[in-house]
Amino acid sequence: MSSNIFQKIYTKLESITKATVTLKATGVSNDELAKVAGRLAQVVKIKGDLVTLQVFEGTEGIPTNAEVEFFGEPPALNVGEELSGRFLNAYGEPIDGGPKVEGIRRYIGGPSVNPFKRRQPSELIPTGIAGIDLNNTLVSGQKIPFFADPDQPYNQVMADVALRADVDKIILGGMGLSNDDYLFFRQKFEDAGALNKIICFVNTTEEPPVERLLIPDMALTAAEYFAVDKNEKVLVLLTDMTLYADALSIVSNRMDQIPSKDSMPGSLYSDLAKIYEKAVQLPDGGSITIIAVTTLNDGDITHAIPDNTGYITEGQLYLRKDTDTGKIIVDPFRSLSRLKQLVINKKTREDHSQVMNTGVRLFADAANAKTKLENGFDLSDYDMRCLEYAKEYSNKLLSIDVNIKIEEMLNTGWSLFRKYFKPEELGIKQELVDKYWK
Amino acid sequence: MKTTGKVTGIVSNLVTVEVNAPVAQNELCYIELEDTKLMAEVIKVNGSSVSVQVYESTRGLKVGCSVVFEGKMLEVSLGPGLLSSNYDGLQNNLATMEDVFLKRGEYTAALDADKKWEFTPIVSAGATVAAADWLGEVKEGWLPHKIMVPFSFAGDYTVKQIAPQGSYTINDTIATLTDSKGEEFKVTMCQRWPVKVAIKGYKEKPRPYRIMETGVRAIDTFNPIAEGGTGFIPGPFGCGKTVIQHAIAKQAEADVIIMAACGERANEVVEIFKEFPELIDSRTGRKLIERTTIICNTSNMPVAAREASVYTAMTIAEYYRAMGLKVLLLADSTSRWAQALREMSNRMEELPGADAFPVDLSSIISNFYSRAGIVVLNNGQTGSVTFLGTVSPAGGNLKEPVTESTKKCARCFYALNQNRADSKRYPAIDPIDSYSKYLEYPEMEEFFTEKLSKDWVSKVLAARNITLRGKEAYDQINILGDDGVPMDYHLRYWKSELVDFILLQQDAFDAIDCQTPLKRQEYMLNLVLDICNKEYKFSRFEECIQFFKSLINIMRQMNFSEFGSSRFNEYQKQLQNRVENVL
Repeated sequence: MSSNIFQKIYTKLESITKATVTLKATGVSNDELAKVAGRLAQVVKIKGDLVTLQVFEGTEGIPTNAEVEFFGEPPALNVGEELSGRFLNAYGEPIDGGPKVEGIRRYIGGPSVNPFKRRQPSELIPTGIAGIDLNNTLVSGQKIPFFADPDQPYNQVMADVALRADVDKIILGGMGLSNDDYLFFRQKFEDAGALNKIICFVNTTEEPPVERLLIPDMALTAAEYFAVDKNEKVLVLLTDMTLYADALSIVSNRMDQIPSKDSMPGSLYSDLAKIYEKAVQLPDGGSITIIAVTTLNDGDITHAIPDNTGYITEGQLYLRKDTDTGKIIVDPFRSLSRLKQLVINKKTREDHSQVMNTGVRLFADAANAKTKLENGFDLSDYDMRCLEYAKEYSNKLLSIDVNIKIEEMLNTGWSLFRKYFKPEELGIKQELVDKYWK
Repeated sequence: MKTTGKVTGIVSNLVTVEVNAPVAQNELCYIELEDTKLMAEVIKVNGSSVSVQVYESTRGLKVGCSVVFEGKMLEVSLGPGLLSSNYDGLQNNLATMEDVFLKRGEYTAALDADKKWEFTPIVSAGATVAAADWLGEVKEGWLPHKIMVPFSFAGDYTVKQIAPQGSYTINDTIATLTDSKGEEFKVTMCQRWPVKVAIKGYKEKPRPYRIMETGVRAIDTFNPIAEGGTGFIPGPFGCGKTVIQHAIAKQAEADVIIMAACGERANEVVEIFKEFPELIDSRTGRKLIERTTIICNTSNMPVAAREASVYTAMTIAEYYRAMGLKVLLLADSTSRWAQALREMSNRMEELPGADAFPVDLSSIISNFYSRAGIVVLNNGQTGSVTFLGTVSPAGGNLKEPVTESTKKCARCFYALNQNRADSKRYPAIDPIDSYSKYLEYPEMEEFFTEKLSKDWVSKVLAARNITLRGKEAYDQINILGDDGVPMDYHLRYWKSELVDFILLQQDAFDAIDCQTPLKRQEYMLNLVLDICNKEYKFSRFEECIQFFKSLINIMRQMNFSEFGSSRFNEYQKQLQNRVENVL
């Protein structure tokens, strides 16, 4: 972060809260960066000659006579090919012991793509996980979060998805990542030999929470460089957006804003949308796909964070433990990929939508049969077969440890249908039955 | 002399300005920042300190930046060329912007000033006219686009001169009018109007008295929306709000569709951009885009412009209504608009109402809905704006301020039910919770009597009653088990399933089933009621289930077949046989 030597240095703070300081200063522009007692801060409010700064690291120990120096520009990131393989902090500074990143200086949080210039997403992103590829197919340019309880292995699943996806760059934005998870990602990318296409922006739990607010914009500024300037396919991983939203609420609280639902700021929807809507299929072939993680509090999706997220993203992937098989599965009922119909049967085999729907419907029948059983009612022969089917379906297809090609998923689907049912019980189009019921 | 001022404070997109002369509430101003100008609107005045909301990012703005006030409110340009255009919330043409990214301070013209339109006069010199009277018309696609006396003209005018038939641009003078004092006014094909003010210039606004067909059975049959009526669709995410709106946009028997994508996903708008130029309107055989204007302010575009976007859309809708056209206005989603209001109110440190929304939320919403309606124009013809908005309630809970405020003013309520969506019963419009007040209008009953049959409304209520009783029976069956309830419960439940599968559910992606004309809806309702009104005797509940399942299967095939085709009739014969066999 460069500073201007001609810039005036202020030495008197008027007031200090846990996250902000206020001082008298002139010629300051909105959003610009400053250093307060050596800590990075950003202008969030100007009232006459009173300027309020949000101090990313927190204000612990800052004295009223702290030195304040303004940079005259908003937060920026140096972008260029040399970003590849680098691990950076929330300010874009190296944490991997490597040299400073040179390159073109870009302000983060830039403008949106003109919706009229967007292309319709149409390229399938295969992940090998049938719960995703078969039932909730991902498309490049899509934005979709994992909704998961904190005890589920969402970071592992996300890392698998990223490494299997056929993309040019993977950009990880880690917010409040535990040090263990950070090292996990690092090791995993290294083991896969994929370091050259990975860029990580990391804020760990050891670092101040307000710093997290910079991570998504940093990651997406890098993503826009590769997608727009280089026409590359970029996959952005953001984990954990719940911790990002928590940081938003801390700042708005310190600025005496009136909270709305669940003590989140009233602008939560716009704040999240600004990030997620960076997902785009560009006219010249580049794309940004965003896969995020939103951790839930005991599966509660009505909380403001997952709720607002659901209205913004193109679907959601739920992870849950299947009590019958003991495996973590992608829940076929509550998961949804809103863009899947753009690729299903178009980029995949003709029987995809029928196998998908039939498979899920039978799984639902099994769930009903289970309820019946629990309520002490008799099960019919069909119910029994559904229960058996469900176990195998969960094991062979829904489980997140599956890694097969889509064609194999479809064939597995047919083989399960054949094992437990008769064609007339399934209502699949006759021509498909003739072709695939072997 | 324009009023000017200097910036004195900045919080996000709320900027305070010290001014040197009078300003008006809602007046527009431009803040000068280096070589760009940022558009803003006055939202509060306190002495010489004025609060403005900026329609753009305020990054880099400094105290002391100059501000120039425009002496007018946010306006839109009204004239030929609005249809098939794609605008942002401030009516900037998105298609003529060059960059892939939206550039701050880039404002593009709404209408093409060079395009020539074939003008035909309607009045002749010497005629007396008033605001909104038709002077002539041009063909905009296949629609007759009326050139009107500007809405801002008060009192009567005499046509001094009217341009002869020929081609003109929107800025050419096509008429010269004189007022009672003899002063002359030149009229072009384009006029400007402030978006927050309703366009009047009609004789009266009667109660809605006829239906606006949407082709969706759960709406037209069960909860019809009137032409000039209002309705709203609340529902949690993933329930198909957008699919229903798109289906209605494609099928509704409207002359003009205005779609306001307000704070929603950009990829959904891209779908409209891509599909509408290709889809054919089955009634006119023309491309859908030719009758559509899209106002697009997606969730990542500036918040203040999101608030303006619904007003921009409504003003364009009212403009076409004044031409005697049927306009359908769709807004997705009005909750995002309300959230934009909340963000501003919050920054102005106003005392909040429920859920931190501004206290006047309810009156703002009802004021907006009241701009819809069917009107009788000065020349006796009618025009209408039918408004359908979606609401995205937080957590899917309908007890929240936006849903409650909207419920007070919208006359149709289409509740989307999560359980229906989960079990893929689309459209997920709940048959029990949803309502249309128009079913109770005597004017509408008269319309149905004339168009369908005398007892139409009572038939609809009978069908609804079947679903209600079916639900009660289903709850009992669930508690007591299949064997634990009398046969009558199974019958009741399966009759309701028949109504559900055949009338309520509809495949939005099937070429035939997606759109059902009213006559066909009547036919199917009669058929279903006929079956439900018969007495059945089954000895075992499995027989009952099997019987109704087979009826559902046959009648679904009917829904998928061309009405009155030999296939359709064949299925109907099968159906009759099946029913007679049991009786």
